[in-house]
Amino acid sequence: MKAYAAAVYAFLYLPIVVLVVYSFNRDGVGGFPPQHWTLDWYRILFADSAMWSAVSNSAIVAFSTVVLSMLIGFPAAYALDRYSFPGKAALQRLVLLPLIVPGVITGISLLLLTVSSGFHLSLLTVIIGHSTALTAVAATEILAGLAKLDRSLEEASADLGATPIQTLTRVVLPGLRTSLLGTALLVFTLSMDEIAVTFFLIGRENTLPLEIWSRLRRGATPEMNAIATLIFLFSVITIFLSQWLMTREVSTQ
Amino acid sequence: MTRARLVTLLPFAWIALFLFTPYCLLFCYSFWSLDAGQQVIRHATLANYLHLATTPLYFTVILRSMRIAFSVVSLSLLIGYPLACFLVFHAGKYRRILYQAVIIPLWISYLVRAYAWKVIFGNEGVLNTLLLWCHAIPHPLGFLLYSPFAVIVTLTHIYVPFVVLPVVASLEKIPHELIESSSDLGATAWQTFTRVILPLSLPGVLSGATFAFLLSFGDFLAPLLLGGPSSVMIANIVANLFGADYNWPLGAAVAVLILVMVLVIVTITQRLERRWRSA
Repeated sequence: MKAYAAAVYAFLYLPIVVLVVYSFNRDGVGGFPPQHWTLDWYRILFADSAMWSAVSNSAIVAFSTVVLSMLIGFPAAYALDRYSFPGKAALQRLVLLPLIVPGVITGISLLLLTVSSGFHLSLLTVIIGHSTALTAVAATEILAGLAKLDRSLEEASADLGATPIQTLTRVVLPGLRTSLLGTALLVFTLSMDEIAVTFFLIGRENTLPLEIWSRLRRGATPEMNAIATLIFLFSVITIFLSQWLMTREVSTQ
Repeated sequence: MTRARLVTLLPFAWIALFLFTPYCLLFCYSFWSLDAGQQVIRHATLANYLHLATTPLYFTVILRSMRIAFSVVSLSLLIGYPLACFLVFHAGKYRRILYQAVIIPLWISYLVRAYAWKVIFGNEGVLNTLLLWCHAIPHPLGFLLYSPFAVIVTLTHIYVPFVVLPVVASLEKIPHELIESSSDLGATAWQTFTRVILPLSLPGVLSGATFAFLLSFGDFLAPLLLGGPSSVMIANIVANLFGADYNWPLGAAVAVLILVMVLVIVTITQRLERRWRSA
């Protein structure tokens, strides 16, 4: 059983190890055994201005997406969790639809809307696409967070004369803080990585995954290993950040 | 109207404008067509759907996509289910950290992971050069990359955690007394597994399998990056019709077809899940 589990973890992590190792390999992608260690690929990468402008485009998109998907996802999740209204089931299905529908379909539907309404493709259309697709993720996570909240605190708040807005800002939102932070980090990571929707909504400026994508189609270079390693490093930092926030939250309660 | 109402209006306006309208537009487009000058004619016709129904290519590609998705789900379950059992019943004090180790890959870029497999499977890739180096093979194995095999391995690598997490959740819900009483009453470990653990974990298996199936079925990046002509999937057809093959109405019709299949699959599995949970 232990050996089996070890094998599964090897399968999950081996590709990443390979990527990192070969980003320091002078003689290109693959080739066993790796030899001639070098930092050249990182040097080339850091001098690659197209890559870094793609990184900054991605950061702009991801930040905007986090803000928008929280602004849309929180009220939607709150309404779905706490109120009943006509069409609720249909609305819930619609909001969560992008979770199960292939990104290609969400992408082309929004492309049709953009073109039909006479707008041009730009980072703005990418932001709209990401926010629409990732609101489903945000809403799911926030719904799970809301389900864990202690309802009696809200009832007590209302009994003590708080208005619904006061209860929301002083009881519900603070109680959800960890869940909201975790959701924001997850949405940020997913947006930084999104390709399928972006593919159809991108204008002249590339996001990071699309820049990498277009270069991969021309052929793999070890510079790709270097950027992939940095992306991996960034993901690991994000994970530890979210873990740290969670444990800090638990210990202060 | 209060401020609170206004705040709740934003999400509904957004969803109506950027989710509902685009899907409706997609539906409309699927009934339109192109004229000789490649202009969209906004006149309802069933031509696109008739074309889909009468061209064997689409049927072949849909079947292939389902086959690939099915292989991915089967492999993910074969790999993921025992791991979930290990995590819940045998991991002991390392359980938390080992569980986290399943989640971490989910946070790592899809593109990065797909690219890693390209590095491994290429003709000059790590696996081939390793096998050549230890004289296991005389020539590089050409079938590794640009084949359905590479697509299936990559997608399995990506979707194993999607299967493990819900299975762990459903295994955790099984009361310990149930497993203990089964063995107290003389059941062997295998009997306890097949009669108690497996049936009670089916809802988790189903939800993980559904997710993995739908997401692999609609994937178009892995086939582009790692698959050859023999692993073109249905989402690639849509992407091509919206790109180089320029025929948006036909592309919309294929997309609607995918959408309908996805919805049918989800509805069926939700029904099944509800039945199993209540049973």
